[in-house]
Amino acid sequence: MASKTVAKDIITLRGSAAIVSEFFGYAANRFGCWGFFFSVSILYNRGVYPEESFAKVKKYGLPMLLTHDEGVKSFIANLTSQLSEWLEAGKLQRVVLVIMSKSSSEVLERWNFSIQTDGEVVEKGVSREKSDKEIMREIQAIMRQIASSITYLPCLDEPCVFDVLAYTDKDVSVPFTWIESDPKLIANPQMVKLHSFDTKIHKVGTLVSYKNDEWDEE
Amino acid sequence: MMDAGSASNAKSQSRCPLKDQLLQKRNSRENLDRFIPNRSAMDFDYAHYMLTERKGKENPTSASPSREAYRKQLAETFNMNRTRILTFKNKPPVLVELLPHDFTSAQPSKAAKPRRYIPQTSERTLDAPDLVDDYYLNLMDWGSSNVLSIALGNTVYLWDASNGSTSELVTVDDEVGPVTSISWAPDGRHVAVGLNTSEVQLWDSTANRLLRTLKGGHRSRVGSLAWNNHILTTGGMDGHIINNDVRIRSHIVETYRGHTQEVCGLKWSASGQQLASGGNDNLLHIWDRSMTSTSSPTQWLHRLEEHTAAVKALAWCPFQGNLLASGGGGGDRCIKFWNTHTGACLNSVDTGSQVCALLWNKNERELLSSHGFTQNQLTLWKYPSMVKIAELTGHTSRVLFMAQSPDGCTVASAAADETLRFWNVFGVPQVAAKAAPKANPEPFAHINRIR
Repeated sequence: MASKTVAKDIITLRGSAAIVSEFFGYAANRFGCWGFFFSVSILYNRGVYPEESFAKVKKYGLPMLLTHDEGVKSFIANLTSQLSEWLEAGKLQRVVLVIMSKSSSEVLERWNFSIQTDGEVVEKGVSREKSDKEIMREIQAIMRQIASSITYLPCLDEPCVFDVLAYTDKDVSVPFTWIESDPKLIANPQMVKLHSFDTKIHKVGTLVSYKNDEWDEE
Repeated sequence: MMDAGSASNAKSQSRCPLKDQLLQKRNSRENLDRFIPNRSAMDFDYAHYMLTERKGKENPTSASPSREAYRKQLAETFNMNRTRILTFKNKPPVLVELLPHDFTSAQPSKAAKPRRYIPQTSERTLDAPDLVDDYYLNLMDWGSSNVLSIALGNTVYLWDASNGSTSELVTVDDEVGPVTSISWAPDGRHVAVGLNTSEVQLWDSTANRLLRTLKGGHRSRVGSLAWNNHILTTGGMDGHIINNDVRIRSHIVETYRGHTQEVCGLKWSASGQQLASGGNDNLLHIWDRSMTSTSSPTQWLHRLEEHTAAVKALAWCPFQGNLLASGGGGGDRCIKFWNTHTGACLNSVDTGSQVCALLWNKNERELLSSHGFTQNQLTLWKYPSMVKIAELTGHTSRVLFMAQSPDGCTVASAAADETLRFWNVFGVPQVAAKAAPKANPEPFAHINRIR
């Protein structure tokens, strides 16, 4: 759990990176299930995987979702350690979860999490103060927003697949398990900005862009 | 020591061996890209957006706030001198929908579908007359300089994959032949040729010259070979395994004793630390270099007795150093996976058919096996689930030998039906640069200089 790695309410860069990387992925052993829930929540709410493959657990006082699917779990777990590394080095600019049509590979939705790193902390390793509780409140707010996104996002009524893109600085070291990708943009998207959360070292902003429903008038 | 009498340098492009059976001009677009394209230089979405935008193209000032925000985001995105966009190579599992249209899919597997298109037919077929139909031999190898070597009867042919040209390396005399094994040195230039008489010839394929003949090691034919830098390991029908240092006069540096029958499978691990050997005695041995002793014969690290038939197919996993896959002959038909540090058997899968050869995909977690009766197929398995991804048929008798191209994309298979087939089963190269041969030290550099 991230809170165990930091003294009372002081967030070190490492702790913050942990919180943020969990935001995207499930770091099985050290950091708990945090950000795994964001991606899982998106996958659940958008119906990328069937309901039965998810389970509800309680974490940080909130009901959260876990996936049973070993493939999804290990995919996200594999991502996380690398994202953490880039994050701690201050090289991770954003993470994007794209949802695509399985048959046509057309990008239907794009969940964009942009990351602003406080450069000073990366350079000098200073710590900032913000309570875990407050950060959690912000994250809960985002989880709720993701859940309520079904009210305005167009229905995904065809089988979908998801993928994760990492936007990094040019000068990162890239293991062979990662390859270059196109940005997988949506032509003519609608965009909705969600809440952001801030650990005082990393600020994560959420933006979902989605393909215009055919019947929408501009 | 130089047996120049049996060398023959005839270059023959028009002879039957290795001639194309079917001249198929394949449209390269038929072999589609993998699901994840390497297209960072091409932005179809952006181009599409620019071309198809209904409003705003003529009137930039009338853009809505969200469109402006999108433009900004695009501009940011295309600030490519600052940013790289990366994605994880292995993709999350695809949900298989139980909808009617999915039942028409040709894929036999029940689980995740392959991300890439695997052609179900061979890309190319060449004639391989007089290929010896003997399970225990190893008559084909693909070198790092992208030249395939294959032994047909008494003759060794070289097929240059970059231009499709064929040349003859050597035809040995009847008393000496047939050729029983062939293996490229890591430098892709030198090639070892094992003979029925127990000798092993070492050739320089560029100069077309016999450099030396290793003698006195084995008492009967040498059916298996494996290189470890300057060490050529030979496996004999006599059950012996010999490490030969090809640079020195007294080439026998070590002998591994343990097999009681012909050694038909021989593979060094990628690190060169461990050797796997399989024999007609159904045994699989793991030998470790750290166990070499000057005072006593080297003992095997593990003796694995689970197979119930000859063990010829051996393949070390490229992404996990101590993982070995082995395949059993007709009475066993299993592929088994081993942790070669502990000797534990991790998994065993009954394939239903004699396993002749195994190859790992270097880019994906997949294993390819080749088989005999009844299908004579190549089977592609997902690892570690061992779900079948594809079954490639075409050969009309058992697929005895397989070799992989240096870029890791193409597999060559040779069968007793006297054909050599090429399959683009492992995909399209992501990075063309990988095809370049590595600069490995040549074992015979000093000999060349003296001359």
